[in-house]
Amino acid sequence: MDFTSGQFWTSPITYMVFVPVVGALVMLLVPKANETAHKVLALVTSLVTAAIGISILTAFNYDSAGELQGVVDTDWIPFINANWIVGVDGISLPMIALTLLIVPLCVVYSWDHIPSPGNAKAFLILILVLDTGMLGSFVAQDLILFFVFFEVVLLPMYFMIGVWGGENRQYASIKFFLYTLFGSALMIVAFISLYFLSGAETFSMIELPGLAQSITHGWQLVIFGGMLIGFGIKVPMFPVHTWLPDAHTQAPTVGSVILAAVLLKLGTYGFIRIAIPILPEAARSYQWLIGLLAVIGIIYGALCCLAQTDMKRLIAFSSVAHMGYVMLAIATLTTFGINAAIFGMVAHGLITGMLFFVAGSTKERYHTLEIKRLGGLLKQAPRMGWILGLATMASLGLPGLAGFWGEFPAILSAYDPTNADYSTGFFGVSNLVLFRVFMVVAAIGTVFAAGYLLFLFQRVAFGVPSEEFEHEPIPDVNRFEWIAWVPMLVLIVVLGVYPNLIFSVTDSTVAPMMQLAAGG
Amino acid sequence: MPYLLDKVWILPAIMAGSFLLILFFGKKLLARFGEKATASIGIASIAVCFILSLFIAGQWIQRVNHPPTGADMAAAEEACLGPSEVAAEEMGVEVYAPAEHGEASHGAETEGDHSTEADDGHGTSEPADGEATTSDEHGAAPMATGESAAAATPTAAAAEPAAEEGHEEVIPVCASMTWFESDHIDFEVGTVLDGLSAMMLFTVTMISLLVHLYSLEYLHKDVRFTHYYAFLSLFSASMLFYVLSSNTLQMLVGWELVGVCSFGLIGHWWEQRANTDAALKAFLTNRVGDTGLIIGVVVLFFATGAASFNVFFQNQQALSGELNTTLLLIAALALFWGVTSKSGQFPLHTWLPDAMAGPTPVSALIHAATMVVAGVYLIARMYGVFWGGLEIGDSSIHYVAFIGGFTTIIGGILAFVQQDLKKVLAYSTISQLGYMVMALGVGAWTAGVFHLFTHAFFKACLFLGAGSVSHACHHTFDMREMGGLRKYMPSTHKTFLIATIALAGIFPFAGFWSKDEILAGAANGQGDKAYTLMLVMGLITAFMTAAYMGRAYYKTFRGEYRGHGTPHESPKIITIPLWILAVFATVIGLVNFPGHIIGAVDDAGLAHRFEHYVQPTFAFPTDLEVAPFMYWLAGLSLVLAGFGLAIGIGYFAKGEPLKGMTERNPLARIGYVFLEKKYYLDALYESGIRDTVVMPLARAAYWFNMKVLDGIVNGLGVAARKFGTVLYRYVDQGVVDGAVNGTGLVSEESGQFLRRLQTGKVQQYGALLFGAAVILAAIFVLTNAINA
Repeated sequence: MDFTSGQFWTSPITYMVFVPVVGALVMLLVPKANETAHKVLALVTSLVTAAIGISILTAFNYDSAGELQGVVDTDWIPFINANWIVGVDGISLPMIALTLLIVPLCVVYSWDHIPSPGNAKAFLILILVLDTGMLGSFVAQDLILFFVFFEVVLLPMYFMIGVWGGENRQYASIKFFLYTLFGSALMIVAFISLYFLSGAETFSMIELPGLAQSITHGWQLVIFGGMLIGFGIKVPMFPVHTWLPDAHTQAPTVGSVILAAVLLKLGTYGFIRIAIPILPEAARSYQWLIGLLAVIGIIYGALCCLAQTDMKRLIAFSSVAHMGYVMLAIATLTTFGINAAIFGMVAHGLITGMLFFVAGSTKERYHTLEIKRLGGLLKQAPRMGWILGLATMASLGLPGLAGFWGEFPAILSAYDPTNADYSTGFFGVSNLVLFRVFMVVAAIGTVFAAGYLLFLFQRVAFGVPSEEFEHEPIPDVNRFEWIAWVPMLVLIVVLGVYPNLIFSVTDSTVAPMMQLAAGG
Repeated sequence: MPYLLDKVWILPAIMAGSFLLILFFGKKLLARFGEKATASIGIASIAVCFILSLFIAGQWIQRVNHPPTGADMAAAEEACLGPSEVAAEEMGVEVYAPAEHGEASHGAETEGDHSTEADDGHGTSEPADGEATTSDEHGAAPMATGESAAAATPTAAAAEPAAEEGHEEVIPVCASMTWFESDHIDFEVGTVLDGLSAMMLFTVTMISLLVHLYSLEYLHKDVRFTHYYAFLSLFSASMLFYVLSSNTLQMLVGWELVGVCSFGLIGHWWEQRANTDAALKAFLTNRVGDTGLIIGVVVLFFATGAASFNVFFQNQQALSGELNTTLLLIAALALFWGVTSKSGQFPLHTWLPDAMAGPTPVSALIHAATMVVAGVYLIARMYGVFWGGLEIGDSSIHYVAFIGGFTTIIGGILAFVQQDLKKVLAYSTISQLGYMVMALGVGAWTAGVFHLFTHAFFKACLFLGAGSVSHACHHTFDMREMGGLRKYMPSTHKTFLIATIALAGIFPFAGFWSKDEILAGAANGQGDKAYTLMLVMGLITAFMTAAYMGRAYYKTFRGEYRGHGTPHESPKIITIPLWILAVFATVIGLVNFPGHIIGAVDDAGLAHRFEHYVQPTFAFPTDLEVAPFMYWLAGLSLVLAGFGLAIGIGYFAKGEPLKGMTERNPLARIGYVFLEKKYYLDALYESGIRDTVVMPLARAAYWFNMKVLDGIVNGLGVAARKFGTVLYRYVDQGVVDGAVNGTGLVSEESGQFLRRLQTGKVQQYGALLFGAAVILAAIFVLTNAINA
């Protein structure tokens, strides 16, 4: 980047993105044995990052949330016209806020939950590197810049799963790595093709939406296809989701939380931020396919959940189903839909993150997550039991809690997709008919969601403890868990009661964007 | 002025506050000051709500007696319809609106929103005062114009003809705020106060208050006393929130919140598997119905112009006759699918009897008097939609009326074969809910809602009476272990008997009046068509209801005591609520006293007060006919009920003369087993659908996931590695080596490679990245070539 640019050095976004890495560098200098110092350093760093982030969020002009704000645009790699372009608007803002919240909570949770084989130093450094990668991805307005941050995220997570994961961690981490790398390869090819085929020779996400229209329809389809697979793996969409259950199940608790809360959103964010605005025409051609894969994901994920015997794996599969709702909403290419998708992303992040937290703490206490062996959590650790109850209710989309506002508006938007008369490749059925079928299927999906989640809650929390744990002392929620969980629980309730906190921010960005996307 | 009516949100807020207080401090209070301290938070809150709802009802009566006119009326109407019309036109959707409404302002708004700059350029806008403020902010525009339209239309709106039967049009009192916005539409959350919701407030708070008091004794020393009272408060809050909802989306929220309270309370004693199974069944069955509700809400939203979920707006649209009737029918049927589960209609009624696993006061409050009527309330609230969609006014049979009638019968029959007192009452509730649905189906709106009202009191009385009995008989509900309790429990016996007679529909108890109105409604029908089949089903049920209640009454209170120990009367805290409810069960039917049976032909004075104050006049079908009182029908139903009661009691008094017939007669046995298995519906759902369709599908999906999808992934990995090995062997080259290892990692030996990687051999990782970079470079060149 152009270090001489004053713009770069005065922008708070720069500091928000790089403070975590600086913190990580400082931690490198502190000896490994001094774990407390590392925890304090990591917490302070993440809190400073959050503070800078909050200053950005408060300086944000919400009356014109539709515009990209705090834009910095300087040279970065002039050789390929890749620039350091960053900015925040109504779409990225909720995602940034989510990241800023989750990371400190994960650090707090790690205070007394450093997973085996220990080494708080390395573990916390990885979290901070992840922080930079995630925040960078959400502020990047240049394709190469986005790609770099996207890849920065990959490595720490790979090591987190591979080193601190469960029994089958090596398989899971490699699978995660190769899957994502495969997606990244397609993604970078798509980006490069945009660079050349648009004739604009730019990677700017601000400029490309207008310029990419000159690409022939055939090439648009090819490029969008690349992004579809690339982002689709990250979401994950059926049928390229199979890395997720393994990665989630094997990852340490904090890894699962970050993975569910933020990393999965990089995929859907990519669709909303990059694929659809730049190639709306192609998006309309793929619309029915995305919708179809989304509803398959909803039902398929739910069915797989019903077949699970392990609590964490069940939650992992539920992500496939829930992200199906997000993708269905995106596939409608309507303002309703995209708003619902962004809400759904935040809600899923909080709720599934919460579920993974509880699963992690359950595992720590019972040393197993096998549903058959659990039971009576409400008796042994009542507070944790009720927190699990709240999280499952939120996850099954109970109105009044956050999950509902991702799910219901998604179903709503499917009734009336953009480009309704378009005759799809699916036996030539029009989009309208197809999406109404999707709507009904998605509504039925809510029954399955209730089925597996309540099954989980009944077996884990209700009843009496099994003989093997009957006399075991099971401590209830401890101090660090409270600190880490309360903000998430409060947000789940607050967003559920007053959803406008997110909708009012996203709507003014999404509405004009979708007008453009629908109009072309 | 309606100083309370537009602030009714206070009621659910009080109960929500009570819930939070009990949740956070209940346990501590209980430990320090005992159970009463914890319970008193809930009791005080619900008592305040009850008093407030009395005031509210009084104010509503005032409002009906002296309805606002002119500008006040127009303002009230605008508040109730919300900013929907404006927003709809903004979307470019054709929307029906009463012709008088300020068209000009809407047109101006449409333009103003899209071209913010050129706003002041066009002069079509008549009410220019509101216009000036609209253009700056997209979000605020519809609201502001809504106000300007209100200012523009007072005279026009006031000129609308008054509704039928000499009722003046009384506009409900509405209040709202923005809940969220999407696509520049403001979606609101708000309250509606009209006769219907005022009636519901009264019913819910009163029965909830009595149940709160009763539970003090019934749940005394319960393991989860605090938890119980917290849920009672949360339930009351949700139910009040539901009945005050100003839009369908909000109703959906309240609907599911009461459902989750029901779940929590059915599973109150969650140590036993049977209880949690019942709770799960209730929740899941309701979820099945909720899919219908969700779809109905969505379809209705789009059918009425994709602008608003507002109930009055949607009713008005549905009644305009300008909507797509097929869509409206789909919406009505989908909504009814939700009603089917929540209000225990066939075929989704199966959860309700199982829900009796919860504490008895909960059964009285939630599963008899209030929550289960949420579905009936939905039909009553969205009556314009049902009226328009099902063409109730021009039909003699349709799905809703038929299902209602059918449910009354199948529920009633099952009540005969139950040995558990609470289950008898549960099936009776199903049957009576069917009655209400049928009433609304045949166009007898007031009759259906009136039955909801009277039923709440006598059924709550019966359930609480059953609880009192169980309290005395060692916590059993099995009638085989009861009998002769008349001697031991005089108060419980008398109140139970009164409520039984009221439910059976004997003159002059409450049930008689409301049941009779339903039958009259079916006999009269709408237009020139009668709902004859529903009338017949209603009469059959009138007989059955009396008969099974006679049976239950006899087996519990007459004959000789068959249980162990000596039963005793319950303490006053239990019997006083019973007496209050019994008094209501006796006299409450008179609130809709049909005037002309004592010669007063018109509606003046004391006649038809319930109808006068509760039946809406706003956004309600104007051609709805109210059936007159029919002597022959009242007489017939009275004879049938008396006959039923006599048979129900007499059969057991004579020592069950037909006993053993099921053993002797194979046909009778088949019939009995069929009933005992509850028409095999549970078997169909559990064995037929869950065990043979869903679970195998789930296992198949997971097998597909592990064997097919992951098989492909793993296979690719192994293949890549093998390919790599070959390549390595023959093309021994450094760079390729790295890349190959990278792609071949998934095979069994991959662990070793990984360990090396993680233990610090970063060079290999570097090689891997380098390999990837080479591939990318190749692609670069390739795309460049394609471009050129």
